[in-house]
Amino acid sequence: MAAVQGGMGDADIKTDIKTEPSADGFGNNNANDGRVLSASPGSSSSTGSNKQTAAVTPEDQQTLLAVLQFLKKNKLSESVEILRREAGLPENSLDPKANESAGAGSGGAAGIVDLEGGDASSLLSRVTGSSSAGAQAPTKAAVAEDQPDVSVVLSAYSQQGDPTLYKVYYRDLKKFIETVLDCHRAELSQVFYPLFVHMYLELVYNNHESEAKAFFEKFSGDQECYYEEDLRILSGLTKKEHMRGNETLLDFRTSKFVLRISRDSYQLLKRHLQERQNNQIWNIIQEHLYIDIFDGMPRSKSQIDAMSGSLAGEAKREANKTKVYYGLLKEPEIELPLDDEDEEAENEEGKPKKKKPKKDSVGSKSKKQDPNAPSQNRIPLPELKDSDKLDKIMYMKEATKRIRLGPDNLPSVCFYTFLNAYQGLTAVDLTDDSSLIAGGFADSTVRVWSVTPKKLRKVKSAADLNLIDKESDDVLERIMDEKTASESKIMYGHSGPVYGISFSPDRNYLLSSSEDGTVRLWSLLTFTCLVAYKGHNYPVWDTQFSPYGYYFVSGGHDRVARLWATDHYQPLRIFSGHLADITCTRFHPNSNYVATGSSDRTIRLWDVLSGNCVRIFTGHKGPIHSLAFSPNGKFLASGATDGRVLLWDIGHGLMVGELKGHTDTIYSLRFSRDGEILASGSMDNTVRLWDAMKAFDDLETDDFTAATGHIHLQDNSQELLLGTYTTKSTPVIHLHFTRRNLLLAAGAFNP
Amino acid sequence: MADREERRFAEVSRESVRLMAEGAGVELGDDVAALLAEDVCYRLREATQSSSQFMRHAKRRKLTVEDFNRALRWSNVEAICGYGAQDALPFRSVKEGELFFVEDRDVNLVELALATNIPKGCAETMVRVNVSYLDGKGNLEPQGTVPTAVQSLSDDLLKYYQQITRAILGEDPHLMKVALLDLQSNSKIAALLPYFVYVISGVKSVSHDLEQLNRLMHMVKSLVQNPYLYLGSYVRSLVSSVMYCILEPLAASINPLNDHWTLRDYAALLLSHIFWTHGDLVSGLYHQILLSLQKVLSDPVRPLCSHYGAVVGLHALGWKAVERVLFPHLPAYWANLQAVLDDYSVSNAQVKADGHKVYGAILVAVERLLKMKALSLSQSAEGQSGAHPGSVVGAVSYRVNSPGLSPPPEPLSEAALGIASHLQVGGAGCHWEEWTPVPLPAMYCELYSFFGDSLAVRFSTGTGFGTHSPCTPSQLGDSRKEPPGPASNLDTTRKMPQLTANLNISPRQDGSPRTDPPPPTTRGAPRSAGLSREVFPKARFTSPQTTPPAFSFLIGGRQMGQRCQGRRPFQTMFATTPPVSAIPPRTYAHKLPVIGRVGKPVRRWTCSHYSLHLPL
Repeated sequence: MAAVQGGMGDADIKTDIKTEPSADGFGNNNANDGRVLSASPGSSSSTGSNKQTAAVTPEDQQTLLAVLQFLKKNKLSESVEILRREAGLPENSLDPKANESAGAGSGGAAGIVDLEGGDASSLLSRVTGSSSAGAQAPTKAAVAEDQPDVSVVLSAYSQQGDPTLYKVYYRDLKKFIETVLDCHRAELSQVFYPLFVHMYLELVYNNHESEAKAFFEKFSGDQECYYEEDLRILSGLTKKEHMRGNETLLDFRTSKFVLRISRDSYQLLKRHLQERQNNQIWNIIQEHLYIDIFDGMPRSKSQIDAMSGSLAGEAKREANKTKVYYGLLKEPEIELPLDDEDEEAENEEGKPKKKKPKKDSVGSKSKKQDPNAPSQNRIPLPELKDSDKLDKIMYMKEATKRIRLGPDNLPSVCFYTFLNAYQGLTAVDLTDDSSLIAGGFADSTVRVWSVTPKKLRKVKSAADLNLIDKESDDVLERIMDEKTASESKIMYGHSGPVYGISFSPDRNYLLSSSEDGTVRLWSLLTFTCLVAYKGHNYPVWDTQFSPYGYYFVSGGHDRVARLWATDHYQPLRIFSGHLADITCTRFHPNSNYVATGSSDRTIRLWDVLSGNCVRIFTGHKGPIHSLAFSPNGKFLASGATDGRVLLWDIGHGLMVGELKGHTDTIYSLRFSRDGEILASGSMDNTVRLWDAMKAFDDLETDDFTAATGHIHLQDNSQELLLGTYTTKSTPVIHLHFTRRNLLLAAGAFNP
Repeated sequence: MADREERRFAEVSRESVRLMAEGAGVELGDDVAALLAEDVCYRLREATQSSSQFMRHAKRRKLTVEDFNRALRWSNVEAICGYGAQDALPFRSVKEGELFFVEDRDVNLVELALATNIPKGCAETMVRVNVSYLDGKGNLEPQGTVPTAVQSLSDDLLKYYQQITRAILGEDPHLMKVALLDLQSNSKIAALLPYFVYVISGVKSVSHDLEQLNRLMHMVKSLVQNPYLYLGSYVRSLVSSVMYCILEPLAASINPLNDHWTLRDYAALLLSHIFWTHGDLVSGLYHQILLSLQKVLSDPVRPLCSHYGAVVGLHALGWKAVERVLFPHLPAYWANLQAVLDDYSVSNAQVKADGHKVYGAILVAVERLLKMKALSLSQSAEGQSGAHPGSVVGAVSYRVNSPGLSPPPEPLSEAALGIASHLQVGGAGCHWEEWTPVPLPAMYCELYSFFGDSLAVRFSTGTGFGTHSPCTPSQLGDSRKEPPGPASNLDTTRKMPQLTANLNISPRQDGSPRTDPPPPTTRGAPRSAGLSREVFPKARFTSPQTTPPAFSFLIGGRQMGQRCQGRRPFQTMFATTPPVSAIPPRTYAHKLPVIGRVGKPVRRWTCSHYSLHLPL
């Protein structure tokens, strides 16, 4: 079976994923929108900085060839030379003939692949797959001659069936699936949507406009309602010319739609198609679908619905097999100063006596190494500075006064309302100690407010700094310029709306990501911009500091997430694999992993060390706009435009809960400090509290089958919903639990 | 799909394309126009699609021109300028031509450039904090807010605050009413609470102005009644402002024409209202209030109006407070009050008038105390009636006694019993100082010793008359023996002014209410106090021995002896009165006026339940 053929092992998946953006890249080349012109040098240079991908893999080579050809076509001969030299390609690689054969000719491409070790890349597997299917190979080759370009991808639609028969084929299949046994019907129905889309696109691609329209009219109503958004885009697309540069289409063409089907159901389908000699459909299944066959009971409709909805179907089971070290890192041991009783007295309402024993328990707990934790130095982390230690001590003190939340003890909410934010508030962040709040605005500004009586001060000018006594104890106080004290500061630098914002854990820096494609690092001592990280050439939707500082992650419209270190102007890692914009990024509490949510309705978890994607979570039916890790690192919560919060077990790679209640996009999620309560803030002007403890507890008692990954979720959202706070015309775009577990929320009053 | 028709996209017709082409000076063929139209539609949809992404990330629901322009810019299309206005652009049509267009007014740039009235920039962006809290299973209503330390005022709130304070403290009564009503029902003023409390605490600076004090008290009332406000610790501040009005010798009270009594009454009512509705917010508030009232009461240096305030305050706090504070203090206080009342010098007239007010207030308070106590006793006794035969009688008599005009249902025996209980007044022990354990009879006896029949008047008509009947005959006998002496100083000991002349003059048989006393509806009703001076001497006329028995009873009541001294004539008379009891009680109903209202008899005789009803 081509679809389940070997050579799709773990290693391949990795490389597979990595090449996909480049595939997008030359899809765009074709479209001539000039995106790749800037994007591809960026990505190739970053590949260089990414130490692991030093060797040029075959698919890289093919990409390079494509890029070279594009450059040549656009008469950028110098760039061609440089790229060729860098990639170590022979001179004749630019020979148009060679190119052609590499790009489009099925035989040639297969040949190269064979030469290079038989690695099945995403692009080539399609080609080889179709050629192995045999029947269509000649026609394909014939059409390929009309496409002497690199657009292998588009050419995949070049097969010419009788357009009038498409309807018949589809109806036939539909009839068949409707008549199979109930237990198989739900599983086989999964085939409808990808088939429908691909058949429609084939029709469009081959200029059968009216047939395509008729086909769409006839069968679009059968599709699941959660594909409506995509169908709307599809319905607008009726011309071959439009297919170029359409991003949604790119996703369909470049990635195989993954279906999980039980072996029995699959056999049924296969037998039916072979009996009917229905090659048209069979080819589409072979070429564009990846059928992940499992042994065992077919899944029920609700099980399937829970996991489907993403742009590219479900995740392959192999994709979630990698071990993830989700445990927390050991906390460094810090000697508490003896005079903390005095400090305690300074902190109003201190209870010095209660504190001591608790502190010890905290200390002892952290001594044990979590078996699921990564080794301490898996990722090099910055050394703790003295000020960090002080902050840790403060944190521990606060933590001892933390209120234990639960269903009977719900937190109060402090709502930070941004008034007069006519320029449009787009992002908010609060420092961990809740002393500062920052807002990113659509007018490109970043504003920082102090929410404590302590005002914001700048450091004195260099000339003044020369005058102060550097030896004095309060030098840190002396360097501050009292004249600049104010409640808020505005920082200018971006040239587009600021979509993401994040404080560094030590409160000295602030990151902001903007539509202008840059991520900026601001100093909160001087309130100036220190660095502009350029790498994303498209809007950067989100950015976040690592919980240990130094590293940060960003993700944007270019579908890749990048990992940066503050002292490197180029990214350390590039995480690519999402099929659409990356809308939100979050660091795992142990800083070894990064989660990204995307408009392709999937969540991916990336290993910071290797740059690999280690988890793919599907199930959301809309773009994901918020993510939150539980404090123990075991679980992930995600919120999307569909108003649902989904809970994921990272270790098992499974969906473990669904929280329904919100009626609009969830822009913010946050676990309480102890992880008992999950707060979600939404565009529907509410903050809802969920019993996270119960959601996860119920799960552990359940004997779900981790092996098959078939979850069975009970609908208990109403039991888990602990409370709803309603704001007044203020969408909730940020949530934060203080160290004592008071819930802070923020949003702009939106009359 | 069923709703496919609804999802139809807006389309640009080929005619429109051709028109636009013509506008640009290009002639288009039909097929070209059709193709172009279709492409334009698609491109528009594409741009809209990608612009919605910008909207989503800007966390908005409304797609703006800006979003669209961004999408255009990222797909290398020139942005469209001139549509950035926040207001919706009016879309007009010309009827005749079936032409639709966006109205686009000319802007006079010269005028704009030279304009002097440059609009101010919009208000500064800022962050403000509200606290929301969860009650039970979630509050679905938008929250009222509680201010925190970080809170300051938005412009709107500030304006509201100014308007409200101006309206309340201003001249226009109508405005004031509106403002107070709003203050009472507005759910969004939590942030202003501290400011209002501050304003109210300004009572000290306007103590000369009764009007303002009144308005401030009304403000307190509105705030207290506002269901959306969480007063929290501001209760303390409010209470202290109210207490100020109750207790302080206000500058306004120097002028006797100023009716500060009403203010004190109102404030006392308010105090009780605050206490009952918000008392739980501040722990120990009750005791603090009691303490300060007690302090004022026990301070002889304080003016009488302060004492008055303390008494009405206690009264407002309930009969328990009266029992606890006022009652034990009464003996000590009595001497002072009496001294004032006994001073007939002209210079003392004003003070004495005040004294009467205090007297009246005390009377009202203790009567309520007795009633309530009796009620509580009888209620508790009803369960255990078997065990306590006396209380049964009490309960019965209590029932039959209720309204003044009801025929005396009953028997001498009961009447005798009821009256007999009066006798033991003298014999009652001296539980002066303790407040809790004073049993009702003892209390009654003691109080009777102060107030005499002016007390009985109320009591008998009220609920508690019968309850002290458990006084046994033996007690009766004892007390009879006891009161030996001071019939001689009967005249001098007690000259309380509570009985008016009319009583002596017209012991009418028919009970017609010609000169009825006004019903004692309000404490310390602000009658001109000076009048009581005329009444007073009349009250002292009595020569009990000469009057008929029926009369002597009344007179005896008037001569409240110091505790038991005044009792003897009363008792003796009483012993001989059985025949008098044949006189229907209505004869005496409504005859005995009440303290404090002597000056201005009201010519109605409503409020019969306040009337005298003696089952003689």
